[in-house]
Amino acid sequence: MELQVNGAKTYCYTGGKPFDAAKPTVVFIHGVLNDHSVWILQSRYLANHGFNVLAVDLPGHCKSQGEAPATVEEAADFIGALLDAAGVQKAALIGHSWGSLIAMEAAARLKDRITHTVLVGTAFPMKVSPALIDASLNAPEKALAMVNVFSRSTLAAPPSALGPGTWVYGAGMALGRRVLRSNPAVNVFHRGFVACDRYTGGEAAMAALTSPVLFLLGGQDQMTHPKAAQGLIQAAKAAGQKLQVVTLPVGHHQMTETPDATLFAIRDFLRA
Amino acid sequence: MPGYSDPGFDTLALHAGAAPDPATGARAVPIHLTTSFVFESSDHAAALFNLERAGHVYSRISNPTNAVFEQRMAALEGGIGAISVASGQAALHLSIATLMGAGSHIVASTALYGGSQNLLHYTLRRFGIETTFVKPGDIDGWKAAVRPNTKLFFGETVGNPGLDVLDIPTVSQIAHEAKVPLLVDSTLTTPYLIKPFEHGADLVYHSATKFLSGHGTVIGGVVVDAGSFDWDASGKYPELTEAYDGFHGMTFSEESTVGAFLLRARREGLRDFGACLSPHSAWLILQGLETLPLRMERHMGNTEKVVAFLASHPLVSRVGHPLLESHPSHALANKLLRHGAKGAGSVFSFDIQGSREQGKAFIETLKIFSHLANVGDCRSLVIHPASTTHFRMSDEALAGAGIGPGTIRLSIGLEDPDDLIDDLKRALKAAEKAGNQ
Repeated sequence: MELQVNGAKTYCYTGGKPFDAAKPTVVFIHGVLNDHSVWILQSRYLANHGFNVLAVDLPGHCKSQGEAPATVEEAADFIGALLDAAGVQKAALIGHSWGSLIAMEAAARLKDRITHTVLVGTAFPMKVSPALIDASLNAPEKALAMVNVFSRSTLAAPPSALGPGTWVYGAGMALGRRVLRSNPAVNVFHRGFVACDRYTGGEAAMAALTSPVLFLLGGQDQMTHPKAAQGLIQAAKAAGQKLQVVTLPVGHHQMTETPDATLFAIRDFLRA
Repeated sequence: MPGYSDPGFDTLALHAGAAPDPATGARAVPIHLTTSFVFESSDHAAALFNLERAGHVYSRISNPTNAVFEQRMAALEGGIGAISVASGQAALHLSIATLMGAGSHIVASTALYGGSQNLLHYTLRRFGIETTFVKPGDIDGWKAAVRPNTKLFFGETVGNPGLDVLDIPTVSQIAHEAKVPLLVDSTLTTPYLIKPFEHGADLVYHSATKFLSGHGTVIGGVVVDAGSFDWDASGKYPELTEAYDGFHGMTFSEESTVGAFLLRARREGLRDFGACLSPHSAWLILQGLETLPLRMERHMGNTEKVVAFLASHPLVSRVGHPLLESHPSHALANKLLRHGAKGAGSVFSFDIQGSREQGKAFIETLKIFSHLANVGDCRSLVIHPASTTHFRMSDEALAGAGIGPGTIRLSIGLEDPDDLIDDLKRALKAAEKAGNQ
């Protein structure tokens, strides 16, 4: 469905079900050079199992207009505006990679409006190598290939978002190219990586959360190695947050490399 | 396999889509000869049918063995996914039927396999889909053929059997300016010799019966999607961009930004048209795929020697392989294909100077070459297109496809090249004698 957020057309996938504000709402937030479609299986399932789903294309990405966010904080404010535009008072936030930082920062800012926070493939700080940042700007195709190689842990993924016969590596490349092409004004690849790299508010945001938090990590993740999430996990513990950590035996794209286990971890966390 | 770098073609040909079987430890891909798959629960069943979870339901729609073949082909082509089907013709039909209905129009190369030409020229017309045929090298012709209802451009990487190389970069650009995708039949080249997606094609299909399986044992096909074509931006494909009552009201381009074609092709095309591939056939094709790089190298090496022999033989008036500078696609082949013009494949034609009787004597004298209607076998093959694969075509249409009444088509196999040349030498001698009688 389309919403007007901050004066810009914003696209949200609702899982094939009409938006119903009476149901508990889950907002899915994608990572750098991705869009709503990376969440298709998980969001479609939840939409058909009692939840109201908003899998958003961030501003300036694919079907959404508006200025692509340059910082995690900017994107977090957008999530608040999105909830307002949808008329949603309370929601769970689920973010992947860059989206996990956005979800965490938004949850910290929106406090009691957020019922659950799920951080998939997260790390803090989420430093991006200077070579990769440079390549995302000057050689995006090369950078995209690097990211895909780092993100994938297997040459034999199970049936995934397009069903059996999906080559998730190729799907990642094609989606990245499409998202990059969707914004002729801004290189959202570079902008997203810079936003990840420069974000410094992780520990403070974690301490400010009022919702339970699920860390959903990939044991073979080379983009956001599970070790790189330990600082946030410790910060959550130190702040007394209600915390759950699930590590799946996959890489950075938990949603396509192990779609069912990712779904179940999210579903069970939301239901608990 | 954590830490792998971007794997190369030969590695993907062996490993893409498959890992040791977690249930049994089997290293080779198991053949899942089952029609259907048990649901874990009613909720699991409903979720599979509604595409909330991914998995197998019924082998007409998907099967684990077929899925390995599909992933492997997508990996080798550089695509996002693939759908295996019962034959190359089924792959072409599935591609077309997914993208259009009655009232639509296709622009296609004249240099096509006879079966494809039949489908487009005769059969699809009966269903309200018209085709305009354009010589593959006639760039202005491709542009001029576009109509408001054009939905697809279609050609073969190297046209059968004249080996006219399709200028994929140029033709795909024209297609994209017309807001339609380019579908390419890459059967004769396989992804080993050219990856059409790298040059601008949007969809690729194969008759897996040929080089992919490689042993003349199985009929199969596969269509691969690059995920590159923007169906929403085109605005010409309501089949993919508007809610479809026939499948849960799903709008395929919303479900998947890059995979709408594959979603509809599997969920409608395999479900309703039903041209599925047997898992046993998929396994046989996988056996072939594992050695595709090795076999293609040998096919090319043998072909180079046979072409050189034929080109120097006095009874041969023409050899239609881009290896020769006289071939109209020599330069384009050098530009687009792996190993240059040598990579134009091992299926080519030549003309014997003389009568039809001499042509007949030639074919009937061959011992190693088998006279049959197939190409891409590990064994060398021969056929007379005008009386077999292309017999429904008029002389004019034959000429348009680069085929003469006396044209002989060879498919060079993996035998000792000296034996192949000896066989041809004896047959040409017999043809010469037949001309003297």
